[in-house]
Amino acid sequence: MTAVVELDHATIKIGGRTVLADASFAIKHGEFIGVLGPNGAGKTTLMRSILGLLPPSAGSLRVFGHTPRCGDRTIGYLPQLRTVLPDLRVRGLDFIGASLHGERWGVPHLSHHDRHMIEQTLAAVGARELAGRPLSQMSGGERQRLLLAQALIGNPKLLLLDEPLISLDARHQEVAIEVVRRVCRERGITVLFSAHELNQLLPAIDRVLYLGNGQAVLGTVDEVVTAPVLSRLYRTEIEVIRAGGHIFVMSHGSDVERADDHVHEHGDHDHGHHH
Amino acid sequence: MFAYEFMTNAFAAAGIVAVVSGVVGYFLVMRGQTFAGHALSHIGFAGATGAGLIGLAPLWGLLGFTLAAGIVMGALSDRISNRDIAIGIVLSLALGFGLLFLHYYTSFATQATALLFGNVLAVDRGMIATLAVLGAITIAALAAIMRPLIFATLQPELAEAKGVPMRFISTAFLAIVALAVSECAQIVGVLLVFTLMVGPPAAAQRVTTGLWSGLILSAALALAEAWFGIAIAYYTDWPVSFCIAMLSAVGYFVCLSLPQRHLSRAHSST
Repeated sequence: MTAVVELDHATIKIGGRTVLADASFAIKHGEFIGVLGPNGAGKTTLMRSILGLLPPSAGSLRVFGHTPRCGDRTIGYLPQLRTVLPDLRVRGLDFIGASLHGERWGVPHLSHHDRHMIEQTLAAVGARELAGRPLSQMSGGERQRLLLAQALIGNPKLLLLDEPLISLDARHQEVAIEVVRRVCRERGITVLFSAHELNQLLPAIDRVLYLGNGQAVLGTVDEVVTAPVLSRLYRTEIEVIRAGGHIFVMSHGSDVERADDHVHEHGDHDHGHHH
Repeated sequence: MFAYEFMTNAFAAAGIVAVVSGVVGYFLVMRGQTFAGHALSHIGFAGATGAGLIGLAPLWGLLGFTLAAGIVMGALSDRISNRDIAIGIVLSLALGFGLLFLHYYTSFATQATALLFGNVLAVDRGMIATLAVLGAITIAALAAIMRPLIFATLQPELAEAKGVPMRFISTAFLAIVALAVSECAQIVGVLLVFTLMVGPPAAAQRVTTGLWSGLILSAALALAEAWFGIAIAYYTDWPVSFCIAMLSAVGYFVCLSLPQRHLSRAHSST
């Protein structure tokens, strides 16, 4: 069986900066991959390449055995940068409906079939009631579930979720991971799930793809999350401490992931109104 | 009041323009580009006075300038169209040029008020025909790009990933806005295009969250405000543009104060 995503000595550059250099790895069908790495390591860039928005400058990148092209319906995508107009009074059904065949010209039209599909997908992620609610009244967690449902519409075979846990509290993060895992198991969807924190993903993921320093390492948690591998990716001395089922990635005595999280919170405000 | 031809003309012209403004304005509000629409109307003022200077009808100057400006703003979309300061400076510059053109063509100055605040009671049959054709072009162009426009507005990152030509969409949309602004300025003047292009759609979006219901309500509100505005002006002898502006503000604030429904029906028709 061909790999779902396969990089063969691929180099990916963005604006002259090399994000990935000579990277090779293959993601298999049905795998749940946690994509990790420091900020700016290229998690988003890699996903954009898989979507066909940014072809590699050298080597090859194949998705389901083909060179990816824009608008591929077999890929569901939840972007990290999510422009949400804070005062947008459009209900969930129309929000998702806009993305359905959104690339076609003409006047939008939701057929019965489309509507049914949207409602079914919303139900699958436990968000049926969001169809009738305007976006401006949804909390961060609800909005995230809506976007997740949208990514799942059209039965994609590959799901790219870019930092879906941002702006969620711990409980909602667990729920989101659980929902993705369950739905993707049921439907045999391959998942790339990027995140800042490894520990929450531990029960869900099959393997991790760790990015950093222009490199990509794919393997099981035990293979990848080790002091030598991470020291190479972070370009600094890293200690990996395992305690009570958790893994702490430490650099000079401070937790690398938490430091990252902190930086990130500044750039990401939650416009949701909690009721 | 329908016995007078200038009144029936006013109702016809205002009707066409109100529907176009309500529909185009709905997307302007959704995209958060109302300020860009405002700027386009000011640039249109310079175009209209400039046209007067070289002996053309103001509408064509208005149309030419707003279209050109809309296309330039769309093409520079990442850098300029959502930047309030750049837009603010350009619109003041445009108004300044408008003043300069007026300065050199003083006999035209009597029309300055009509340009700035509209003069719907002076509309003739020829203008109605022109507005009808322009309105039809505007709506047809909007219908052609509507689906990708909504997608690109609501979720730009995803739309780009799905292959929506983002720059073309934003440029085409601002060109459509330019057309609508030019028409709207004929009725309420360049300074008051907000009354028909922003007031009704903003009010409609407070009341309904469905796409089609919002569009229809926005157009209906704009139409009602324009027609009632003319009627009130007829009986009170107040300026028409003032009456429409007042109704637009009242409509918006009434809708703003309405209790919002937290759970609307998911199965209601769009």
